[in-house]
Order: sequence, then structure tokens, then C-alpha cells
Amino acid sequence: MKILVAVKRVIDFNVRVRVLPDGSGVETDNVKMSMNPFDEIAVEEAIRLKEAGTASEVVAVSIGPARCQETIRTALAFGCDRGIHVETDQPPEPLAVAKLLAGVVAAEDPALVILGKQAIDDDSNQTGQMLAALLGWPQGTFASKLEIGDGAFDVTREIDGGLETISINAPAVVTTDLRLNEPRYPSLPGIMKAKRKPIEARTPADYGIDVAPRLETVSVAEPPPRPPGRMLDSAAELVHILREEKGVL
Amino acid sequence: MAVLVIAETDGANLPRGTLATVTAALALEAEVDVLVLDENADAAAAAASGIVGVRSVLKAGGPGLAGGLAENLAPAVIEAAAGYGHLLAPAGTWGKNLMPRVAASMDIQQISDITEVIDADTFVRPIYAGNALATVRSRDPVKIITVRGTAFAVAEAPGGSATVTDGPEVGAHDSARFVGRELSQSDRPELAGARIVISGGRGMGSGENFELLDRLADKLGAAVGASRAAVDAGYVPNDFQVGQTGKVVAPELYIAVGISGAIQHLAGMKDSKVIVAINKDQEAPIFQVADYGLVGDLFKIVPEIVDAL
Repeated sequence: MKILVAVKRVIDFNVRVRVLPDGSGVETDNVKMSMNPFDEIAVEEAIRLKEAGTASEVVAVSIGPARCQETIRTALAFGCDRGIHVETDQPPEPLAVAKLLAGVVAAEDPALVILGKQAIDDDSNQTGQMLAALLGWPQGTFASKLEIGDGAFDVTREIDGGLETISINAPAVVTTDLRLNEPRYPSLPGIMKAKRKPIEARTPADYGIDVAPRLETVSVAEPPPRPPGRMLDSAAELVHILREEKGVL
Repeated sequence: MAVLVIAETDGANLPRGTLATVTAALALEAEVDVLVLDENADAAAAAASGIVGVRSVLKAGGPGLAGGLAENLAPAVIEAAAGYGHLLAPAGTWGKNLMPRVAASMDIQQISDITEVIDADTFVRPIYAGNALATVRSRDPVKIITVRGTAFAVAEAPGGSATVTDGPEVGAHDSARFVGRELSQSDRPELAGARIVISGGRGMGSGENFELLDRLADKLGAAVGASRAAVDAGYVPNDFQVGQTGKVVAPELYIAVGISGAIQHLAGMKDSKVIVAINKDQEAPIFQVADYGLVGDLFKIVPEIVDAL
């Protein structure tokens, strides 16, 4: 079974993002970039399936500017076999990403595509579901457990009220939630090996996809600040304020 | 053109998110219809017809409603969507799973998790865990939107008198099968709709210690939540998680106990009306968003609060 994993280069989750003064976006120059944390979970899951002998090959794909190759190298250091980089000037919107991934799927013919459930930059939570729709495949979103059966996958999903289990036929799309696994750190030999693994260079034109944005960003603003708080001395004082001044108890 | 709300329902219960989505739909100043996709179709349609401001309710039927799989529901939503200019659904796990599948099939770029309607084409949505607010304008012919429930007031229900008509037939496809659901059992209010939320972080030290928060929650009629760190540490299940990748809450009162205040957690609670933080580290970032702070040992302070109530 071949597995395709999609990895996105995003501002590192520890960075405090700053809105640009002209309101056109957020500061990305000289900011630490990393693989989207949910995509690390996707890569880890695919590698575990390879180590278990279930997967024969794991291919990592990233879409975006030239430096996305660093993100693909990270995936290769984890243990992915090869990479595909679809180069665009800007990271495209989820629908365009899903269309490009559908093009990659048509060329690669994997039995399973694993993606993070959301990217921590635009917080859209769309790409996996959109890819499944475009392919006409079933989807196992927000997965906290993935079991491989005979021509089918059992997916335990994180839902608002608890957990849900579905069984979906292969080929399928799965998106990861945080409890699916705990990603490893790439090993030094892994990092060395990754340097020699191939990364195929592609463009949207190779797949005949128009990546022009459908949404216009009118402005990006800082959220309104909260007024400064007050430090209290005792639990009794807190209860008094919440009850008498704020009326919330 | 009219607006169609794709309602998440639970039989006769209307979740808060669905009622907030109707409010967002009414802000578009068009006629609002509601599509219900519920196994318990009659009860759900009856409840939805009572939402004030709704013109008519489309009641889907068919074998594909059981289990609520996106593979079955999406084609029915697309069928029902003909003639509507906007499709709106609540941004819970149900809507997040379903709507992008609908949007991609219709070649529409969805707008996720809106917090404000500016006009029929323009919406505000948080990005980067709520550290920035993007105002986006859609160029698509139909707007497909998920709505952050905490950002809109709930529509009034019952009291409305929408007509109920039969909607699309939902077929059952064999590519996906519903196996089962394990819902967390709790007598407490649901996190998303609770008036008071008490959340614990890594500072709780163990799952057993969450009992301390349970006692306070029982006294206040509050819901109990947790930070991602507490979920990662295995103290509580993931459906407790408040934050960028968990639930977004905005209660009247939010009490953060032993939570340092990572930006990913703040994303899920910083719109709460009153925020109280209890932490032993006075430098913890949680105090920057708190209205009231108590520095000290939570194992001492929380019982003191219980006693003072």
C-alpha cells in the first residue's frame, strides 16, 4: 500500500505572530517556520504503517514557495521515501491545494492520503474533506485511531461529544487529530539520509490547476486587547467580586 | 437570494451552535430557510420550525441519515442548495466534517469559522489561533460558510412558525459505514454552551486531581474543560480540550486553573466575559488575559473557593 502525506510549511507554533502595520497580513520575514504540527502527526502515522510492514512507500507532498522543500526534507528525515514539491509563489487556498493534491493522487495512485486536520496558520480545516470530495473517496476526519483492515480502514474520530468510529473503504482520505500519535524527533542518520532522497519539482500547470485565490483579504487586524486585570489576595475576595461586582455567580 | 442554514440537530434538541448560525444567517438580511438532516427527522424539523425568523424548514429523509456520514449528507446538501446564495453551518466537528465536502463538490472556496458578517460577501474570521482577525471578501457565486457559535447570540426558539416541507432524500453509500459512538457521559452542561467553564491545565498534575475542579463545577453548575497540555498528558479526554484545535468557548465566567496560557489555549477562551486565572507562577501568560488573578497553590485555593461559595 502506498501512502501520500501532505505537509504544510507554517509559522512555528511557538512564535507570537505580529500583524503588519499596513493590515495586509502577518509578519513572515525572519520568523521561524516549521511543519504544521498536525502534518507531523500525519507523517508519523504513515511511517509507523511502513515500519509495521503495512505501507510499502510513503510519499510526502508540499505545496507553496521554494522553501517548502525544507518541510519536505523534514518529512524525509522522519522516514518518508521521497517528496513532491508543487511550487507556487504564495501558499494557495484550501480548494486549490485540494485540486493540486487530487492531481498528485491521480499520478501516484495511493491507497491512503493522510493530512493534518487543520493548518495552524489559516485555521481553515478544509483540505482533507475537499480532497475526498474531489476524488469521490470516503473521509475519516479528526482521527484519533486508525486501523487497517482488508480493503478498509477503521477510523476513530474526535467529535464534539466524544468519539465516533466509522469504517471506510480504501482508497480513502484521513485527517489527523492530536491524540493519533506522538511524533518522533528525526534521527541524525534520518537527517543525513534525507539529503539524498529525491524531491520531484512540479508546478500547478503540470496538473492544469488554476490557483488564483477566490477570497480577497480586505484587511488583517489585531484582535481588540482586553483591559488589564487585577491580582487578588484571597479566594474570599475573588468570590466576593464575582458575586457582588460582576454578578456572574 | 435566500440563505440556507445546514442545521446540526439532535432530535428535538437544537444545539447552541445551530441557533447562533441562524442569527448569523439573519444578519445577511435575506429569507432564512433551514435544512435538517436528522435520523429523527420529524422531531428535528418540528424543533427547527420553532426558531424565530426562519421562513421554512426542509426535512431530509432516507436511509443515509443514520450515522450522519458526510459521504451521504453532502450530496443531499448540494441538492437542497439549488437557488440559495449562502449556505451556513455551525463550525462544530459536524459542520467542519461536512461543509468542505459540499464546498469542493460545488467548486466553492469555503469561509471557515466566521465571527462577524460585514455584508453579503464580506466576513471576519480569526486566523493564527485568533492572534489576528482577517476580513475576507468572497468572489464565489455561492458563499459556503461555517459559523463560530460563540460569536453570535442564539436565535430565539421556540416561538417561530416556519413551514415544514419535505427536503432531499439521503441515500446510503457503501464506501463509508457508521460503526458506533462513545459519547462522554456527564450531568454537567456542555462546554460550548455553559455559562461558567472551569478548565484545568498541566498544573493539575493528574487526572484524579480534576476531581477538585469537579467539586467546584458541581457547586457552580459549570462545565469542565482542559488545556491541550492536560489532554496531551492524558489527564482528560480530548473532548475536554479548549483551544485553537479544540473547542472555542465564551462563557460569562471562565476559570483557568493551573493553565500557563499558551496562545493555542487563549485562542479558545479569550472572548469569555470574565476570566479568572489561578496559577503558582505569577509570570504565567494566562494572567495577561485574566480579569482577576490569584497566585498560589491551586490545591489550596480551589478548596478555599468552594468553601467561600
